[in-house]
Amino acid sequence: MTVFKTTYGRRSFFKTTAIAGGGIMLGFNWLLSCKPSLEELRKMPKEWFNINSYLKIGENGLVTIMSPNPEIGQNVKTSMPMLVAEELDVDWNNVLVEQAPLNKKLYTRQLAGGSQSIRTSWQSLRTAGATARQMLVNAAANSWQVPVDEITTKLGIIEHSLSGKKADYGEMASLAALQDIPKTIILKEPKDFTIIGTSRKNIDGKKIVTGKPLFGLDYNREGMYTAMLLHPPAFGLKLKSIDFSRAKNMPGIKDVFVIKSYKEDQNTLWSDVATFTDLVVVVGNSTWEVLSAKKTLIAEWEPIKLKVEVKNVFGRELKTVTPSGSESSEGHQKSMAKMANKVAKIERKDGDPNGAFKKAAKIIEREYTAPFLAHNTMEPMNFFADVTDEKAEFVGPIQTPEFLQISASERLGIPLDKVDIQMTRMGGGFGRRLYGHFLIEAGVISQKIKAPVKLVYTREDDMTFGVYRPTYHAKYRAALDKNNNLIGFHVRAGGIPESPLFADRFPAGAIENYLAESWTIDSNVSVGAFRAPRSNFIAGAEQSFLDELSEAIGKDPIEFRLELMQKVIDKPIGKYNDYDPKRYMSVLELVREKSNWNKTTLNTYRGVAAYYCHNSYAAQVLELTYQEGNPVVQKVVCAIDCGIVVNPDAAANLTEGGIVDGIGHAMFSELTMKEGIPDQNNFDTYRLIRHSEAPKKINVYFVENGIDPTGLGEPPFVPISGALANALYKATGKRVSSQPFINELVGDKIKG
Amino acid sequence: MPLYNLKINGLEKSVEVASETPLLWVLRDSIGLVGTKFGCGIGSCGACTVHLNGQATRSCLLQVSQLEGIEITTIEGLSENGDHPIQQAWLEHDVPQCGYCQAGQIMQAASLLKSNPNPTDEDIEASMDGNICRCGTYTRIKKAIKYAAKS
Repeated sequence: MTVFKTTYGRRSFFKTTAIAGGGIMLGFNWLLSCKPSLEELRKMPKEWFNINSYLKIGENGLVTIMSPNPEIGQNVKTSMPMLVAEELDVDWNNVLVEQAPLNKKLYTRQLAGGSQSIRTSWQSLRTAGATARQMLVNAAANSWQVPVDEITTKLGIIEHSLSGKKADYGEMASLAALQDIPKTIILKEPKDFTIIGTSRKNIDGKKIVTGKPLFGLDYNREGMYTAMLLHPPAFGLKLKSIDFSRAKNMPGIKDVFVIKSYKEDQNTLWSDVATFTDLVVVVGNSTWEVLSAKKTLIAEWEPIKLKVEVKNVFGRELKTVTPSGSESSEGHQKSMAKMANKVAKIERKDGDPNGAFKKAAKIIEREYTAPFLAHNTMEPMNFFADVTDEKAEFVGPIQTPEFLQISASERLGIPLDKVDIQMTRMGGGFGRRLYGHFLIEAGVISQKIKAPVKLVYTREDDMTFGVYRPTYHAKYRAALDKNNNLIGFHVRAGGIPESPLFADRFPAGAIENYLAESWTIDSNVSVGAFRAPRSNFIAGAEQSFLDELSEAIGKDPIEFRLELMQKVIDKPIGKYNDYDPKRYMSVLELVREKSNWNKTTLNTYRGVAAYYCHNSYAAQVLELTYQEGNPVVQKVVCAIDCGIVVNPDAAANLTEGGIVDGIGHAMFSELTMKEGIPDQNNFDTYRLIRHSEAPKKINVYFVENGIDPTGLGEPPFVPISGALANALYKATGKRVSSQPFINELVGDKIKG
Repeated sequence: MPLYNLKINGLEKSVEVASETPLLWVLRDSIGLVGTKFGCGIGSCGACTVHLNGQATRSCLLQVSQLEGIEITTIEGLSENGDHPIQQAWLEHDVPQCGYCQAGQIMQAASLLKSNPNPTDEDIEASMDGNICRCGTYTRIKKAIKYAAKS
């Protein structure tokens, strides 16, 4: 039995009636056409009783649970309310879910990022449900004059079996709302879960498949204008002059002007990546009219000057340098190759790596690279803003509303508590919507035209705006003695403009002589977090190198990794290792079993990879064949340890998607540039994985260990590029090491 | 501006827009049917897929002036209550992640099943290859199409 004091996360338990007094609390049902269905309306209660900020109960027993965090497709709008419902003991069929408003007083960490939504709310959301349940029980005990501990609850029914008294939650809701908040509550043991661990369908599923307005781009309001932007065509340029005489007179156009998205002296936060700040804005009545007018703009551009910024990154001041000049992918590759051969910043050193390499009988070495990537969420960047003298109202897709509220307040000169951001379902995030410059831009435009406006990026605007996954490089070296023992390991990893290195991750801790170095190169190409930042490259590089190493040593690649992990258990090297070798081993062992690793099939080539990130462990075996000279991924078997799985089928879906995404980006995608101009600006030139290229089959297995949940959105995405490279090697005899692999595979033959 | 009489989801709709306006923006901006999504504007992602006389077509490339007399069906008109076998199969397999591309996927899949009630894996891949899902729900989509074909 686990007893929790409800003072934990106490601010979450303010009664919702408190909301009325402060802020500009806006209605939850912001999309008129998103009203409850007729079926839902029929069972709607006459009255709702607020129990706490996470839930309200209707007199007919219907429960509305607020989902606090932004939904980007990771399914938190279903899984987070499941945590509340579990402890509330309510029938899931009687639960409605609403997206909660942004409110730092009521909710904590309203952010979608770092695979942390479930992990960080595991206790607070269950506590919200348990607290409400206790208030219902206390109300019943008072009303029936029976001892509290003789009362049981199940599926929304309160029962006192000794007296035969029974009531549903609806009947007790009005009394429960008046109860004091319990000082302590008891949370269920995992074995008693009836909702957590059972598959529940996506709460928005019906709306999605019937095309209901759910996304920011679908938002509409009476009197709303549409706006589009023109930004520089190349990194390293800014606006010099603009001729909008023709655009201004085109049909449906209200105004054309230039804005500064951020103030020169704005105290920018980490979530404010403004690649281009001087923007030409076209405002009009409809998207097509605005788009047509935008095409007639004649702009002149000029080179930017060197810029040094200091940003507040989670309380730390971080300096970023944006150099002037026109950059190209060719130049990037050359400068990265140069850095890879220079001594860099030592991030970790165990033993005597130099000595080990000096006395090595054999040295294995390989360099890995990966290009810039655009996030390419299917829903392009957009935001609705209605800014008046008194307040700013925003509606749209944003992963970091808490941070953008601060930046918008400063930029618009409107008090923080008068800036409201309503979160819509997002047509993908992948990290792109952590950076809300588009919200700020919409706000500035609305403030200027004194009217509500929806800012819409075209695909081209979106893909060429930057905020890319950085381009990376890693050089791995391993020293073997004459008996093929691994005696030294060296990784030197860097990128433009950040290094992908995690110095304390595996195989650190397993090798006596270990050196990890990092380097960076400044750039005017803006970057941002992309699903599993840094891990999304370094995992595949490391896992490819370990594969090569296991072959050189003459060991089975899974056995080789397990032996290294066993060493970490028996005698860890170094002060700190950022992973649990036992959990690491468990996913490798599970994937070995489920993939029948020890049984080979003719003309089928397999690769394995495993990685730890976002507090979770994933191991994958990818199986491919060759058909008409092309690799075809037949099957991926994935084992994950992310602790307790809240919604298993949805978790499998997220994992399958991560695998498809990982294969797609490693194999096909790249954002390259010449003279600062991106070579790709839409899906005809930027290649994303498609139906026929996805694995034919994906089997997902979760380790059952009863540990509190950890991340899932990112971990399954990262190792697969390594598994793919390793399987391709088995097929072709060639180690692919530069993403996208497709560029290296042209003309390759299957190994005889 | 010229007036166009369109037949959308069985209803007559009149819109006054420039002749080159793509159907996508007529649907979204003029009529308020926003289930059809904007993804690329160049017919490369399939998010805007609708049916013209039952055939899947990209609405972002179709000029409104070409559409008089043609039966246009959008995701909102695919079925009365969201109970088209493809929609049911999507719910059964809990296909969507972010959900943004799914209206286009569903319209493409419904058109496929109409012309080919029992598609093979290869038929599905060939027909669906123009529809990008950035979340990577491809394996579930395939399962759902096969399930719908059986039902």
